[in-house]
Amino acid sequence: MRIKILAAAIAAAGAFAAPAQAQVEIQWWHSMGGALGEKLNVLADKFNASQKDYKIVTSFKGAYPVSMTAAIAAFRAGNAPHLLQVFEVGTATMMAAKGAIVPVATVMANAKEPFDPKAYLPTVTGYYTDQKGNMLSFPFNSSTVMFYVNKDAFKKAGLDPDKAPKTWKEVLAAAEKLKAAGQECVYTTSWPSWMHIENFSAWHNVPIGTKENGFGGLDTAFTVNSPLHVRHLTMLGDMAKKGLFTYAGRTNQGDAKFSSGECAMFSGSTGAQAGIRQAGKFAWSINFIPYHDDVAGAPQNSIIGGASVWVMGGKKPEEYKGVAKFMAFLSTSEIQMEWHTGTGYVPITQAAYQMTKKSGFYDKDPGAELAVKQLTNKAPTANSKGLRFGNFVQGRTVIEEEMESVFAGKKDAKTALDDAVKRGNEILRQFEAANK
Amino acid sequence: MEKRVVFRSPWLPYALVAPQLAITIVFFFWPAAQAVWFSFQLQDAFGLKTQFVGLDNFATLFRDSHYLASFKTTAVFSILVAFGGIVISLLFATMADRVLRGALAYKTLLIWPYAVAPAVAGVLWAFLFAPSIGIVTYVLKGMGVNWNWIIQGDQAMLLVVMASVWKQISYNFLFFLAGLQSIPKSLIEAAAIDGAGPGRRFWTIVFPLLSPTTFFLLVVNIVYAFFETFGVIDATTQGGPAGATQILVYKVYHDGVKAADLGGSSAQSVILMFIVIALTVAQFRFIERKVNY
Repeated sequence: MRIKILAAAIAAAGAFAAPAQAQVEIQWWHSMGGALGEKLNVLADKFNASQKDYKIVTSFKGAYPVSMTAAIAAFRAGNAPHLLQVFEVGTATMMAAKGAIVPVATVMANAKEPFDPKAYLPTVTGYYTDQKGNMLSFPFNSSTVMFYVNKDAFKKAGLDPDKAPKTWKEVLAAAEKLKAAGQECVYTTSWPSWMHIENFSAWHNVPIGTKENGFGGLDTAFTVNSPLHVRHLTMLGDMAKKGLFTYAGRTNQGDAKFSSGECAMFSGSTGAQAGIRQAGKFAWSINFIPYHDDVAGAPQNSIIGGASVWVMGGKKPEEYKGVAKFMAFLSTSEIQMEWHTGTGYVPITQAAYQMTKKSGFYDKDPGAELAVKQLTNKAPTANSKGLRFGNFVQGRTVIEEEMESVFAGKKDAKTALDDAVKRGNEILRQFEAANK
Repeated sequence: MEKRVVFRSPWLPYALVAPQLAITIVFFFWPAAQAVWFSFQLQDAFGLKTQFVGLDNFATLFRDSHYLASFKTTAVFSILVAFGGIVISLLFATMADRVLRGALAYKTLLIWPYAVAPAVAGVLWAFLFAPSIGIVTYVLKGMGVNWNWIIQGDQAMLLVVMASVWKQISYNFLFFLAGLQSIPKSLIEAAAIDGAGPGRRFWTIVFPLLSPTTFFLLVVNIVYAFFETFGVIDATTQGGPAGATQILVYKVYHDGVKAADLGGSSAQSVILMFIVIALTVAQFRFIERKVNY
């Protein structure tokens, strides 16, 4: 009996003492390796130092698909992290998992943290916002695709190095000249689907799929076999045949082809700049991506890539309070500017963009501002605010496979894109059935 | 006369095999049964909603022309890997068996690659043959060969076959060497005295006596090509270009692990399981008859 009372007393004391002493730990799984991971840890350390109640514990879980798989497995086993960084193509999968996630808007409202969705850049947050305007996940690292030019190669070919091609017509003209001047690799690209299907569609204000690119519902279907898409892929196929376009692979393999000086023109992520700065032994420029000038309304705006942070479900209220505090902290202009200038990812709030502008950073690094300008070139339309297709990891693989068959000369663009739509729609129907 | 060991205790033999049985059940039968169960289900990535869909997952697969094409790719890949690996290692083993001086050094070097993980082997070969920076690519370019497996499917296939064979040569080599060393020298010497040349001695004496080893290696290599090569493929071509190296097991991995489509991936692994079971049965029924023990 006495022991029982003693035990109860200790338990009670512990219960009272706990909130005062113990910090609430918040687990954050991410995919930022190397230098980016160090920058991410600086953010967490700053937050931890700024207050005493909560502690963000970061852990690197490997590349995007790996960390997402790990988190799904952890969720099934009942020990998911609080925060999870998910790449943009995983958005629809996360969003459909009601019960596994909590929308950021809800977390902020429950914790009564000040939160104004209008303060954020629409193209960046639009990708992660539902039809009613509720922010679902927190845009963390966002990039977009840019067009790079090797100025030295242009000079050698007798082209004006300060006039980068603006349209695909000009790209073709420059490509012929570069080839004639003996340039071995004229043009290459990283992330073929992201650049030549997803961003291409937004930039020309044509849909990638029905139902507002999938934002309007799970019963969406791909429309990437439109005449404009066929025309563009036919052009790329012809360029490949003539030796004007060198295919580099499905991820960022094109980056090295440009930074080594092998290729003269290149479509790649804003994130490629760091590597070019480090390895490139030539003068280069960063520009808006080219467009077909006979398409009405082009250029529209480009869309983002990168990742956002999702809040996982089933955690304690005080933990969500900490999550909300941390997101508010991440949204402050100082932190946003630090992340933007330190990593090359775009800022997510208008205030942070203005602050960076005032600081004079863009005078030294015009490429950083160009990305923001391209993303906000026009107010986003239903075709250019992003995309939301279920199982898009598989969908993108299908599109890339079909693009490859065109580049290899095995299929014509029309057949390939028809096949991509047919196979892609199977995946969408499967996803729709699984998430009814 | 047959020698039989009889256990006195009725439970001891079961107790002795129990650990092995437990491991087999937990790590082989249970996951296999789970795969069969999942293959009839449609589930979202997080396992929040599960529906029983019968054979829908299989129907979806067989509607996909790329999935059907990957059967052919798998067949080509497996045959190349199994035969390439067996022929090359048999050649090496017969050579190494004849070496008198420094035999240990040769053998060690030949066995070495076995210690390399498939993914590492893949990266290694991918570096050597990388389209713009690879050393071999550089030499090939100098010889006028347009080497670019990023876009040329046949070259991509060649690359993954080379990497997979290279990885497996050591294993095959070890077994062949052991097999060769167990062939009585007197048989070969007798044949030599009767005037049989080295080629004839090999085909009429050595090769038939090696047939149990060769048969065993055939089964093992086919299983290896079907199941264990996805690390090599993931590190190099990832099934590309345009599905040219998309073998069945890689698609299982891609859809299940990377794309979180458990039902589809499980259905594929069930199909794969049946193929390998059928192949193994066929090998034992038809090829084993030709084996001399």
